[in-house]
Amino acid sequence: MEPKKPPQDFTLRVRRYDPESGEAPYWDEHTIQLEPHRSVLEGLLQAKGRFDGSIGVRCSCKAAICGSCGVRVNGQPGLACHTHLGDALKTAKNGVIDVEPMGNMPVIKDLIVDMDAVHWKKIQRVTPWLLADDENMPEREHIVPKEAMVDVTQTMACIQCGACVSDCLSMEVDPLFIGPAALAKSYRFVGDPRDTQQAERLKDIAEDPHGMYSCTHCFKCIEACPKGVAPMSQIMRLRRRATGDHHIKDRNNGFNHEKAFVKNINKNGLLHENDLLADSFGGKLNPASGLFLAKSLPVITRALLRGKATLKVALLHPHKAPADVKRIFDTIENRDKRNEFNLYISGTDEDNAPNQPEEAPQNGAHAGQEATA
Amino acid sequence: MSKKVAYWPGCVSRGFTPELHGSMAKVAPLLDLELIELDRACCSGAGVIAEHNQELADTLNARTFAMAQQEIRNGADLMMNICSTCQGAHSESQERLDASAEYRAQVNETLKPDGLEYTAGISNKNFLWLLVEEIGLEALKSKVKRPLTDLKVGPFYGCYIVRPKSRIGIDDEHPRDTYLPLVIEALGGTVIDYAGSHKCCGFPIITMNTEASLAQAGRHLGDAKDADADCLVTPCPLCHLNLDLQQPLAAKAVGRKLDMPVLHLPQLVGLALGLSPKEIGLQRHVVKPTSVIDWTTSVVGSVG
Repeated sequence: MEPKKPPQDFTLRVRRYDPESGEAPYWDEHTIQLEPHRSVLEGLLQAKGRFDGSIGVRCSCKAAICGSCGVRVNGQPGLACHTHLGDALKTAKNGVIDVEPMGNMPVIKDLIVDMDAVHWKKIQRVTPWLLADDENMPEREHIVPKEAMVDVTQTMACIQCGACVSDCLSMEVDPLFIGPAALAKSYRFVGDPRDTQQAERLKDIAEDPHGMYSCTHCFKCIEACPKGVAPMSQIMRLRRRATGDHHIKDRNNGFNHEKAFVKNINKNGLLHENDLLADSFGGKLNPASGLFLAKSLPVITRALLRGKATLKVALLHPHKAPADVKRIFDTIENRDKRNEFNLYISGTDEDNAPNQPEEAPQNGAHAGQEATA
Repeated sequence: MSKKVAYWPGCVSRGFTPELHGSMAKVAPLLDLELIELDRACCSGAGVIAEHNQELADTLNARTFAMAQQEIRNGADLMMNICSTCQGAHSESQERLDASAEYRAQVNETLKPDGLEYTAGISNKNFLWLLVEEIGLEALKSKVKRPLTDLKVGPFYGCYIVRPKSRIGIDDEHPRDTYLPLVIEALGGTVIDYAGSHKCCGFPIITMNTEASLAQAGRHLGDAKDADADCLVTPCPLCHLNLDLQQPLAAKAVGRKLDMPVLHLPQLVGLALGLSPKEIGLQRHVVKPTSVIDWTTSVVGSVG
């Protein structure tokens, strides 16, 4: 254990905004005094108590359980109560800790954003309750396999703080995107063996033009989540189930894109972009493919003129996958069951070793697991 | 000091952005870097194969690592990537493979018929990390022949080499998400700070939500333009596809002129190390790198 450090000065720069005032947002600075292991939330409350009672901040448990105090600290989304002042100082520019409201949601006042208008509306969008078989209810409790419930525990750790929604980069340009929190919630039920509507749920979010195929793999939500939920990994699980288990062919080319990509690597070892583009729209002869390629024609022509793509590479495919790549595909694709290794659930060998020394966990996923234990 | 690396160029650098692979080959000797190409390795899966079947992606990447380790046993110092996406997909597989001896054994079982085996703990770095951590900024600076004086460069990382921090190996000692400005400065250029540097180019959803994909590219290019950048530099060829190849469509999507040249990282290094725009393949870009060429001409003109 590190020895406790004495109180020190921290300067907080708080973004203030009251939409009803008609005034533009502005920054306010307050210097507070606390030990470095105390939280940014405690700093904000001290500033509110000592200097300016009008600072708007939402909070309740102060223990990373209730999910009320989501903010951005030095541009990174998270819980104010779960961020140490000392750590915040390390990422602060010029020694001043910036505290702002979360993004992608309208500000009600200062650090308080309208979760109803965005986050909760999206959560409701995915039918966030169990759709069990009401007509054939068991006499007593449902008996489910342990592994199936362990699989959904990661999504169950969500405390609805909105940190992932705040920084979703797809939502930044497409506010209709269902988003990371709601899609992770969707997996909570898609992965639950008691739910009778798994295929329907998947079809719904696969067909939505702003659904699960609008996630760009940017990892922002994984980085943002204070509880290790890794919403993007849940979105990947949804896609895996939609295409691999339910064979849902969606209008957004999600199914085609995945199949085309995998086929491409199996055949060539390397990616051939021309084939991938056409196959992602259902093959070269598919009207949708033609339409997209026609729209892209000026771009492709320019690429050809510039010598980026050559006809030889486009048509002859000089690179073929070595035989061992094909063999690996065959071995793994022919297994009875897909293997998935989730570090959040299994932990690392190091974590699981007996007589583990008392050290802080190494990464976010384990920190999350620890916090929910 | 010279370095020898087991080099994975990736697919796109030999497909739609051949100027990346080409410029890397030109720059390497100037940096005393010997490239041992892993030409039998295969696509990292770019996250899509992992989405389809995680074990498949991990096994294909373990195969690549095992090949790199053969080169390392033969004298290479480490493995190197020039694609952010490959780097991220590799790091994700490596995180799982290194975490569990049991899982690693299962994956190695599949590789066994070809005499390959992955041993935990390969050192696999992106060219950007290698520049800072292996070659060093001072050594890089000493090799500069034509400092990028007054060239205003906006960094664009690509998601896969900045998040998640723990997986990518970003910590107090290795602040890898701050390296691009350091490299731009070492080459003598001016760093442009703008909103999009660590955001997503939108490429992964270009066929699934084209509008949102192009809006992302257009927004970041526009932000860089507003911040007065002459060009962007990126270590990711997939970002390059959306930011350069698709820029005419991105400009339409956001309803403004962009005209923002986007350079691959080895191209920017090459320019400062004295290579000509043609040698590093700038003529192959869709957006004419006029501002960069003008800069080269004026500098060369003033020196000459």
